[in-house]
Amino acid sequence: MKVVACVKCVPEGRARLDPRSRRLDRDGAGEINAFDRYAVEEAIRIKEASESEVVVVSMGPDPMAEALRSALALGADRAVLVSDPGAVGSDLIATSRVLAKVLERENPDVVLFGQQTSDGAGAVLWAAVADRVRLPAISQTTKLEIADGAVRATRQTEVGDDVIEAPLPVIVAVTDAINELRYATLKGKMAAKKKPLDVLTLSDLGLDPSTAGDAGSKTEVLGIGDPPARANALRVEDDEAAAQVIVDFLTERQLV
Amino acid sequence: MSTLVFVEHQGDQLSKGSLGVLAKAAELGDSVDAVMVGGTEVKALASEVGRYGAATVYVAEDDALSPPLPQPRVDVVAKVVGDAGHDTVLFSTSVLAADVAGGVAARLDAGLNWDLVDIVRNDDTLVGKRLALADSLMVEVGWRSEPRLALFRPGSFEPVERGGQPQVLTVSVELEDHSRAARLVDQVVQPESGPSLESAEVIVTGGMGLGGPEHLSLAEELAGVLGGVVGATRAVVYAGWSPHSTQVGQTGKTVSPKLYVALGVSGAVQHKVGMQGSQTIVAVNKDPRAPIFEFCDLAVVGDVHTIVPQLVELLRGRKGS
Repeated sequence: MKVVACVKCVPEGRARLDPRSRRLDRDGAGEINAFDRYAVEEAIRIKEASESEVVVVSMGPDPMAEALRSALALGADRAVLVSDPGAVGSDLIATSRVLAKVLERENPDVVLFGQQTSDGAGAVLWAAVADRVRLPAISQTTKLEIADGAVRATRQTEVGDDVIEAPLPVIVAVTDAINELRYATLKGKMAAKKKPLDVLTLSDLGLDPSTAGDAGSKTEVLGIGDPPARANALRVEDDEAAAQVIVDFLTERQLV
Repeated sequence: MSTLVFVEHQGDQLSKGSLGVLAKAAELGDSVDAVMVGGTEVKALASEVGRYGAATVYVAEDDALSPPLPQPRVDVVAKVVGDAGHDTVLFSTSVLAADVAGGVAARLDAGLNWDLVDIVRNDDTLVGKRLALADSLMVEVGWRSEPRLALFRPGSFEPVERGGQPQVLTVSVELEDHSRAARLVDQVVQPESGPSLESAEVIVTGGMGLGGPEHLSLAEELAGVLGGVVGATRAVVYAGWSPHSTQVGQTGKTVSPKLYVALGVSGAVQHKVGMQGSQTIVAVNKDPRAPIFEFCDLAVVGDVHTIVPQLVELLRGRKGS
């Protein structure tokens, strides 16, 4: 079996918006988006249970390639990074178009995504990719079993749990409740240096530059407005005084 | 402008978030329609949707469409938009609606802006408002082509009942092969217990920072003296300290009380999306870098076990006087 984990690499630490380009600043060292690590972990668990190949796929600038080594260190077999100046600024539909091309090339049995991104919040990339490659997709997955050419997934919803079955190949978005992350060992880190990491351009994928990046996007950031009031919370750090501060605050707002 | 709103329902209840988006759509524009997908219960709900502002309600009802799976709904929405030519399609975010919107975006090659809290119209241009980077920034977003798709945070708009009798049109759709591949084989709906979180004016939520199930009483006592209801984070529910019906967050309840008090809650994205619509948020957490401090109104860095009993005492004294 072949398992692909699609991950996004984000700047280390706190994300910031580049005031000029109005895009997330992606310079400097990167790391795998926190939620996508659960997709990588789940892929490695599938590999351990079924002798699968695990491929980590990402899209972003070259320096982010080093972040993908961290997934190789955990046990993924190889990584594919789509890195092309023409891909910069891709929105949902442009990103999903590029990823769909990579998946068509890789032809995996299971494609995993993390449920959320730490920098853009609430993305729905898997749903767009699934429609492009015409595969069944299951999101919000907290439990995943694979047997007899099919998956059985537990999807958590607002009101409870749905159990969903789908034949392979399938796309699954997992939540951070699905597993416990492992740490890379020194041996794993050494091995990662020798594992293949392919960097592809849009033309390698047969994509016209007009279909990706900013040119291929249908949404745009128009401007940055004032920060909302809540950005500057009143802060208290004194255990003894805290209770009285809360009472005064609630009184002032007429909440008690 | 002609807008289509994806209206969700749960049993015989229409989603409040969807009806709120319908109210906003009516404010924006010339013609507002709705699309509903489900089993045979849907038609009976369609006239109710009309009362909330939809001129035409497109209904796709079939036993095969009854399970809450997104991909068959993508087929339905894409067909309605393709046939009727709506230039704007709006969704209230939910586990289901988010996946439907993402699929429709790819199918129609349409721009999708998500996590919006508002939308305004300037002539024929729409501008979406989105809070970004832990809500520290308001970003204005736009669309370069039609149809324009948007997902709104639940609780962004209040439903408005306008009266009116809708035209109900049945849509029949040939589902795509991949849309029929996933099957719902079991559904566990967690029973509701205790008072309703959605209608509570005050909610006191306990997180893992409480330290153990025995300390959930801190949240209960504070809720008692504030006249509120107790909520819980996903981690607390998973640990078995509290039932799923108390869970606030993406896979639990979405709440917007007047006052939300978070005790020992870190403020993970999962939780945040369910409570960020609260009018006033007070957070107590001993970790000064807890994400919740970035979207609260009063940030108390300290130990819940010390502060909450004192707070309860002070509030009781206040009531007594």
